[in-house]
Order: sequence, then C-alpha cells, then structure tokens
Amino acid sequence: MATVNVLILVCLGYVVFLFAVAFAADRMAAAGRGKWLRSPLIYTLSLSIYCTAWTFYGAVGNAARSGLEFVTIYLGPTLVMVSWWWGLRKLVRVGRSQRVTSIADLLSSRYGKSNTLAVCVTILAVLGGTPYIALQLQSITLSFSIFAEADPSGLYREGSSVFWVAAGLAVFAILFGTRNLDVNERHHGVVTAIAVEAVVKLFALIAVGVFVVWGIAGGIAPMMERIDASEIGQWHVDAGRWTTFIFLSAAAFICLPRMFQVMVVENDDESHLRTAAWAFPLYLLLMSLFVVPIAVVGLDLLPEGANPDLFVLTVPLSQGNDWLAMLSFIGGFSSATSMVIVTAMALSTMVSNHVVMPIWLNTQEGTGSVSGDVRNIVLMARRVSIAVVMALGYFYYRLSGGGAALASIGLVAFAGISQILPALVGGLFWRGATRTGALVGLTVGFVLWIYTLLLPGMSGASMPESVLQNGLFGLGWLRPQALFGIEGIDPIVHSVMWSLLLNTIAFCVASLLSFPSPLERLQGAQFVNVFDHSVAPRGWSGSVAQSEDLMIMTQRILGTGPAQEFFQAEAEKQGGRSHLPEPTPAFLGRLERELSGSVGTATAHAMIGQIVGGSSVSVEDLLAVADESAQLLEYSSQLEVKSSELSRTARQLREANAKLTQVSAQKDSFLSQVSHELRTPMTSIRAFSEIMRDAEGLSGDEQTRYATIIHDEALRLTRLLDDLLDLSVLENGQVNLNISDDSLRSLLDRAVSSALAGAGSKISVRRARAAERIVLHTDLDRLGQVFINLISNAQKYCDAEEPVLTISAYDVGGRIIIDFIDNGSGIPPGARSMVFEKFARVGGDKAGGAGLGLAICREIMQRLGGEISYLPGQGGAAFRVSLPLAHRQAAQ
Amino acid sequence: MSRKVLLIEDEPNIAEAIRFLLTREGWQVEIHGDGTDALQVIQGAQPDLVILDVMLPGKSGMDILRDLREMEELASLPVLMLTARGQSRDREMAENAGVSRFMTKPFSNAEVLTAVRDLHAQATQM
Repeated sequence: MATVNVLILVCLGYVVFLFAVAFAADRMAAAGRGKWLRSPLIYTLSLSIYCTAWTFYGAVGNAARSGLEFVTIYLGPTLVMVSWWWGLRKLVRVGRSQRVTSIADLLSSRYGKSNTLAVCVTILAVLGGTPYIALQLQSITLSFSIFAEADPSGLYREGSSVFWVAAGLAVFAILFGTRNLDVNERHHGVVTAIAVEAVVKLFALIAVGVFVVWGIAGGIAPMMERIDASEIGQWHVDAGRWTTFIFLSAAAFICLPRMFQVMVVENDDESHLRTAAWAFPLYLLLMSLFVVPIAVVGLDLLPEGANPDLFVLTVPLSQGNDWLAMLSFIGGFSSATSMVIVTAMALSTMVSNHVVMPIWLNTQEGTGSVSGDVRNIVLMARRVSIAVVMALGYFYYRLSGGGAALASIGLVAFAGISQILPALVGGLFWRGATRTGALVGLTVGFVLWIYTLLLPGMSGASMPESVLQNGLFGLGWLRPQALFGIEGIDPIVHSVMWSLLLNTIAFCVASLLSFPSPLERLQGAQFVNVFDHSVAPRGWSGSVAQSEDLMIMTQRILGTGPAQEFFQAEAEKQGGRSHLPEPTPAFLGRLERELSGSVGTATAHAMIGQIVGGSSVSVEDLLAVADESAQLLEYSSQLEVKSSELSRTARQLREANAKLTQVSAQKDSFLSQVSHELRTPMTSIRAFSEIMRDAEGLSGDEQTRYATIIHDEALRLTRLLDDLLDLSVLENGQVNLNISDDSLRSLLDRAVSSALAGAGSKISVRRARAAERIVLHTDLDRLGQVFINLISNAQKYCDAEEPVLTISAYDVGGRIIIDFIDNGSGIPPGARSMVFEKFARVGGDKAGGAGLGLAICREIMQRLGGEISYLPGQGGAAFRVSLPLAHRQAAQ
Repeated sequence: MSRKVLLIEDEPNIAEAIRFLLTREGWQVEIHGDGTDALQVIQGAQPDLVILDVMLPGKSGMDILRDLREMEELASLPVLMLTARGQSRDREMAENAGVSRFMTKPFSNAEVLTAVRDLHAQATQM
C-alpha cells in the first residue's frame, strides 16, 4: 500500500510539474515560439475542463446508482459540438471581435454595455460556481481519505490539507492567470497546463478501465457478460430526466464561466472549433468508455456500502495495484485542479471587472487622474478576487460539512448557470432582445431556480418544512417542488422546466415591450450580424486577388487611365515587387480618400469594405444606422416639443416674476406710505409736547391749543391704525360677516346721524325716503360703515357754498343701487381712477384722513358681493353703491 | 437784522410747531403749504433759509429743490429738507439734488434749531 506521504509527495511533484509546464509555455509564447501552443489539439484538450472531478469520479458512481443516466452529461456537450458548432462559432466570433473578457462581459456588451446585467450574471456565476469549487475540494479530500484510512500515520490531516490545497490552487491561478491584462494576450501557460491535465486524467481513467477489463474481467467478452448480468444493463431510461439532463449539460457547456473562458476568451483561432467539433466528442467518448465496466466490477468486487463515487480508486486498491490507484488519484486531482483554477480565473475576472473596479472607480472620482496605476489596480483586484472566490469555495466546503449535500450540487449548479441561456442565445440571434428583457428573464429564472431547487435541496433551515409542504404563504400552487399544482415530477426536471420556461417567456415578453437604447441597438446589430461585418482575424490580409478586385472597381469609378496610374504609383511606393499594391491599411486609406472624391465618403467606405471585408459595413448595419437616424429624428421632434414647452414655462415664469416684482414694489410703496402717515402725526405730537415741556411763558390759550393738537393727532394715529387693521382683515378675507335683516331706510338713518354727529355740520342731506323701503339681508354694520364713509367724505370735501348731499335708492333688475351725489366740484377726471387705491388722497387733505376710507369701502363691497364706483357726470362728487337684492348666497 | 425763513409744509400742525420754535429764536417765519407754486414763492420771498417738506401736494419737495439749484441766484440758498418717508434712498436723492441738510420726521425741536443755526452761520460766513 502506498503511504499517504508518498502520495502527498507525488501530488506536490505533479503540481511543480504543472508549474513548470505553465511557466515554459508562457515563456515560449512570450518569445514568439511554440506554435503548437496555439494548435487545435491544445484548444480541444483545454475544453476538457468540462470534465471535472464530478465527472471523473462521479460518472462511475452515477452509473453504479442509476445506470446509463451518466451518459447524458456527455451527450449534451457532444450534441452542441456536433450540431451547433456554427452557434459556437458565432459566440467565439462575437467574443473576439468585441474583446470580451467573460460571459458577464459578453451579455453586458450585447445589452448596451449594462453593468447591472454584468453584476447579475456575476452573482449568478459566483453563486453557482462556489459549491462547484467546494465539490472539487471535497473530491480531493475524499480521495485522500481513502489512502489515509489505510495509513493513519501519514501527514494527511483532513481539515488542514483542504486548506492547503485551496491555497495552492489560488496561488497557481494568481501566478498564471493574472500575469497580464490584455485579453488578447491569452493565458498560454494555464491553458497548456490544463491540456496536460486533460491528457493525464484521460490516461488515468483509461488505464483503470483497461486494468478492469483485461486485468480483472479477463477481456472484452467476459466483461460484456458481466455487464449484461449486472443491474446496470437493465435500468430503464426515464425520458423526462434524460431529456432534461442532456439539455442541462448542453446549456451548461455553453454558459459555464469556465467553459466560456477556455472556449471563447482563450481561443486563438476560430478554425480550432472545426477540430474541436469532432475531437472533443471523441475525448468525451473515451472518458465514458470504461465507466460502465468500472462500475460493474466495482459493484461486484467491493463490499456492500462502499462509495461507488470512489470505485475508480478503490477497485485498483482492492487488487493491490497501488501504482494504478495513485495514477487514478492524480487523474482525479487533475480534474479537480484544472476546473478550480479556470473557474477561479473566470469568476475573478467577472468580480473584478464588474464589481470591484466600478466601485473603486467610483471612490476615485474627483481625486484626480489615476492613469498610471489602473493597470496594477486591476491586476490586484483580480488577484484578490481569485483569493476571495477560492475562500468562498473553501468555506462552503467547511460549512456544508463535505457530506452528501455536495454530491447533487453538480446538476443544481448546471441548472443555475443555464438561466443565462435565453439571454445569451437571444442576444446572439435576435436583434429585438433588450436589456430589460435580459434582466427580467434572468431575474425570473434565477429566483425560480433558488426557490424550486437550491433552497429545497439544501439541508437544514434554508427553507421551512411548511413551505415545502404547503407552499409559500400557504398557497398550494406555490409549493417549491410542485408549482401550479403539477406534481410527481423529478425535482430537477420540475425546476429546470419551470425556471427556463418562465425565464424565456419573461425575456421575450419584456424584450418586446421595452424599447432598446441606441447603444443597445447598435450592439445588437453587431452581435446578430457579426459574420457580415467582421472577418476571421487571420487569412485574408495580403491577398492579391483583393487587389485585383479593388483595381477593377476603381477603374469603373475613376476611369481606366487614372486608376492604373494610381495603382502603379502605390505599387512603386510599396517597393514594386508586383504591378499591384498589397492591400495594406495605408493603401486602403488612400484609395478610400481617392474614391470618396468621386462617390462620397460613405459609399467609398462601403465599397472597399465590400471587397476587403474588413470594415464594418453591411446592409444590416446600414439599416441599423438608418434606424438610428429615424430615432434621432424622433428625438429631435420630441426635443422640439420639449423646447416649446420650456419656452412656455419660461414665459410663465417671466410673467410670475413680473407679477412678483410688481407686488413687491406695491408692498414697498405701501410701507413707505404707512411710514409717512404714521410719522406725520407723530412729528406734530413730538414737536408740541417738547414745546410744552421746554418753552417758558406759554399762555393758557397756547397751552390749550397745543394740547388739543396733540390730542387730535393722537386720535388721527388711532384712526389710521384702525383703518390699517380693518383693511388688512378685509384683504386677507378673514372677515366674519354678520348677516341680518333691516330696511335700507333705517340703516341710512343711522349712518347719516352717525356721520354728521359732533362736528358742526353744515351739509344737508336729501333723501327720497319712499324708495328706501327695501329690506336688506346683509352685514348691516359693514354696509353702514360704507355709507358713513361716503357721507363724511361729502361733508369733508364738498366745497359748495351750501353743501348738499343727495342720497337716492333704486331697485334695478334685482340689484339695489344707492347713489351719493354732492353739489361740490367733484373729483378731477385724472384722479378718479385713483380714489379707491390706498393712501390716495385727492387734493390737500386737511381733514386728517389717511386715504384708506374708500379702499376699505371697496373691500367691504367686494365681501358683500356688491360694488362701489365713482359716477362721473353728476355735477359734484358722486359714488354709486350697488349690491344684489337676492344675495343670500353671495353674502358669504 | 431780520432773518427770514420760508417754511414749505402742507401739514398745518407741523408748520405751526416750527413757526413757534423759530419765531422765538428771532426768525421771521413765512409758511406756504403747496408745492405747485413753491418756486415762485421762494423767489418772491427771498428768504435766508428754506425748510422744505418732501411730500407736498402738486409738486414734490425733491423736484422743487432740483429746480431751485438750477437757478443761479438760488443755487447756494441753504435748504433744510424734512421727510416722513424715512427711506435711505430719499436721503441719497436729496443729497444728489443739492440739499444743505436732511432730516427725518419726527425730529426733536433742538435738532431743528441746531440745524437752522448751523446753516445760517455757514451762509453768513461765506
């Protein structure tokens, strides 16, 4: 029995060997040597990271448990390679022409360079990838433990060794995965090391198979008999599971980040796909060839309860073939390490490009230029991301306990990552696919996957039993494993069916309902029509045939003579080896300029593009551009509408501003007038009170007179304040009207006697009392205030020898009209429009009014639903008060 | 020596107070209450000093002052201006128009007397 210590040494040696291979390959690539590094063989072998430890060990285990079902995992990729290689070619072409760095980058780029989408895909990939890494770590641990059981004295300690394995793989990935930045400088070292590992694991599996068939069973025929005799040959095919698994493995083959890394990002030459299209299925076939024999023999030889997942190791061990077991161990180790390294690289690229860098750039905003450091920052971000991804895998392994929970993770992860498929395929083949559609579809699929597969599958408290039994919120149709009441389906089939179906529907519907941004449309056109305007990066330059075509075309446009002259001159410039110039970029540029003089820039560019194929003009592109222009036109008409809206708003703002300015000026003038009205009486009061205080020898008469002045001015101040308050209350509409009924006659009686009281009144009032028998329903006090004001104005200002005020009332068409007309000189025409304004005093005001009376009257009449106006042409000053007779409502 | 002050003020009580004060100081006080013809009245009365209200009926004190400074024989006549509006802008305007002294109502009697004495002293020194 090989000791564990030897095994550890061999492992270390193997890793050192891989380091050496990777290092040498990088060196050779850097020196420009080693064409075989970019051969189709290496490319095909690198695709074998599809076969992880889960396939290496698990396929046998799967066969021992479920018969031929394991084949589905190989059938999916085989079908893709054989029948859909043109789709893969498109994927590779798009990936290379857009220089994408990961599958997240590809989707982001297709859907208008949306980082939101990239972040979503990254999260999905990390969520699906982490358990998968844990699974690889588990396989290494398990295989170690097989040897450790027999040799307890070895160095192997379960917990710590996993940690060292994880750390070692992280270092490997960091060393060879992040040496350089540019995507075009591919990771030759890593890819070569993976190709070597591919050979090792295939060799190991075949060696075990050969040993089992010829060493144990004794040849092919006896082996076939054994298989026929065992249960494996009899297990039936579950069509639902088979279809689902084939579809899942096909989808995962396209969508898995690590597959994308080797298939698209690391691809050197599109034509390698041609080779891979038959070579990779062959590799898978070889990998699966001996699975059934090993499983059958393992079931026969080993005791009941032995873990069939480890038959590849335990069958040789049980036969005492330690060296074969060790080779087999190295094969499994290879499967695990290559998968972990590439996955870590792929995931770290996504995490650093779409999560770390955007955040870092955001925090750097405003701190000035960072140009020189970015390269190092990106590399550092990738290194840290690799470490983080590995750490996640490690902790997942520790937390999950490394038990059976991990075994089913492979298919669960496949189902998760497959949610990318609709957005990916849609993005490649359907120009109508939009960013919103991709986001909605991904989200729907992702949520359903978590709800129907990930959570129910995890042990423990991740999902309450009640939800599993009765559905979310007790809704039966929301049961995670029987959505919409469809029961009795295998959980994985159920989950894949619903999540991908609804994902696709949501993706299509949301795409149809949403409108893509211009950038999205442009990217969509470039992706979908990638073959129309991008060239395979190799194999066309320097073609003389193209020069001939160019010559013929140029002759048609410029005429034979000038065209030949131009081409000859160009050929001489290039050294004159031939009579036709090589189609170098410089030459093509000059030719385009020459032609554009005749046919215009765009056409010249299109024509040369047609022949050389290198530039990016296609009918689809032109249509796309036309679409863009149409959209621009639409935008511009929308802009026009917006701008007229804006100018309308601006005009309204100007009007509002003018109004405000006016109001502000009115307020200033009002304050200034109030100030004047207050200061004037105060000046008299102060002057006379100082006189009475300071002046000696005032006569009694003088004292009385001055005290009277002070008293009158104080009263004037009080009146002013009363009026101001009254006006303010009226203007703010805070008046409570006190409605009651009385006849006009008695109201006028009271107003006249109140207005004429006290002062030695010389004005006589004439009334037609008969007409005053009208009953009023209004605020009698306020209306009386108006009357008093008008009567006392007449008394103050009527300048007739024998002043007479005539008050007459009418009832006209439902309105009461009351006129107050005196026989004085009246108000001069120029001042009539002013009399109702505040502080508008007409003529010298000797009567001590502040000029607020009529303003107050006007406010009162408005509140009462009536009006007051000046009545011209009546001889003297004439005012008309009118208010509706039936004004029960108006008197609010 | 008879000193004559012309008081142009439309508020009778304020005019009365100033007349009382200046009469006691030995001034001959003449009062006029309207802005319209104030300039002619000044020309006719030929006072040693004018006290001018700003807000007058007919023509504002500010305009009267400006016109007065335009006239050669009255350009250096001391003018004490009174206003009840109390805005700083008014003081600026008055100074630009060539006022000799500017006072805001309500004033103290002592202020008026001091102003009148100062203005008169300055005028007689020249």
